[in-house]
Amino acid sequence: MNAPSPAAPSIIEALRIQGRVIYALMMREVITRYGRHNIGFLWLFVEPMLFTLAVTLLWAGLKLNHVSALPITAFAVTGYSSILLWRNMPGRLIGSVQPNLALMYHRQVKVIDVFVARLLIEFMGATISFIALTIIFATFDWMSLPEDLLKVIEGWLMLTWFGCALAILLGALAEDYEVIEKLWHPFAYIIMPLSGAGFIVDTLPKEGQDAILWLPMINGVEYLREGFFGSVIVSHYDMAYMAEANLVLTVLGLAKMLKISREVIPE
Amino acid sequence: MIRLHDICKSYHTSQGRHEVLKNVNVTVERGQKVGILGRNGAGKSTMIRLLSGAERPTSGSIERTMSVSWPLAFGGAFQNTLTGYDNLRFVCRIYGIDPTDKVEYVQEFSELGSYLREPLRIYSSGMRARLAFALSMLVEFDCFLIDEIVSVGDARFHEKCQRELFEKRADRALIIVSHDMGYVREHCSKLCVLSQGNLSSFDDADEAYEFYHRAIHLQ
Repeated sequence: MNAPSPAAPSIIEALRIQGRVIYALMMREVITRYGRHNIGFLWLFVEPMLFTLAVTLLWAGLKLNHVSALPITAFAVTGYSSILLWRNMPGRLIGSVQPNLALMYHRQVKVIDVFVARLLIEFMGATISFIALTIIFATFDWMSLPEDLLKVIEGWLMLTWFGCALAILLGALAEDYEVIEKLWHPFAYIIMPLSGAGFIVDTLPKEGQDAILWLPMINGVEYLREGFFGSVIVSHYDMAYMAEANLVLTVLGLAKMLKISREVIPE
Repeated sequence: MIRLHDICKSYHTSQGRHEVLKNVNVTVERGQKVGILGRNGAGKSTMIRLLSGAERPTSGSIERTMSVSWPLAFGGAFQNTLTGYDNLRFVCRIYGIDPTDKVEYVQEFSELGSYLREPLRIYSSGMRARLAFALSMLVEFDCFLIDEIVSVGDARFHEKCQRELFEKRADRALIIVSHDMGYVREHCSKLCVLSQGNLSSFDDADEAYEFYHRAIHLQ
């Protein structure tokens, strides 16, 4: 019958188990977060869509056009979707171990599975929202479809990598240092206007451009916008630098996560 | 077989390191029934979490050649905000079992009725114990880890456990952790006493009892 294999499983078997566990944790997250009432799991992307929609309308209403020659709708959709993508991930991983401690009584459920499940949910929500809004606005002719789709996807994936790496590092650190949770909110708030969502780097003076590009996510947003608008704008980015920054965050994050997962006590 | 080899486990506390287990060695063979006795706080639950693999030892190694259940305990292993039904689905998913034909069994065994669709946080401890036990019967483990849970509960629950665990699954190994000598003695052939971080094994129940009795009154 359902006899689980005893000792160390093969790599393929281990991946299959991990896949099952991550799927189960995702379902558990979606049910606890959105429940089975009204539109249920659709909130997964309706929520970020509403956010982006509100910001788009606000920006359009305020006639923020002076920042660039770009159509305001497309500018807001690309900018705010990018913010939602990388900024919500750390927020969801900080403090995510505690509510799942009971489930870690099952040997196959580890900290990494909880992290991956939550990151996948955030990624899916932000991505579906971005695609849906682009298609909806394009049908109404409020914005045009991207010029270079592949570039948009690359930029999006680089931002995802940044978000995941930062989230894993902060999520793991937060298990040992409560102060992380306290600091993250103000930090996320301060860094939001600097993240390249509300302006394009080309409008800054030269020194400002060099300084701001130290922030990894700006490179991703600029790259994504170049894919979206192509020749209409001048983009500034260094994707190799962004990849290096992401890699450093990833290594630090995974190291800290392995440490806390050795010490975690299921309750 | 499960073999613990020179297991040490210590925790960080505000008073510094606290050593819970010191060089514990024990082997549990296929089909063997082992009882672990210890006072409150002797490290019984730590021991069972280490056996299950949910927690890792500070040093030493654990060898497992049979599949081991999660620790069947009061609080653990389930999500309180989810319903019994959702927890059932969760367990089925992570162990790769098809849940469709299991709902009826769990509903009947746990006697939860319509409460199966309510969140666990409103359950009584008896209801939790019944659900936990029913869910663990869905997976055909070679060895079941039982942390007090069976020794509590009413007579009817005892009868069911007796039938499901000790009769239908008589060929499986069992590790029962308890402070209740009588219960452990009734079901186990090998007895261990956990005292001050050391585990002592006995094949003779009277010897174990004597030792346990002394350990209780010494401290």
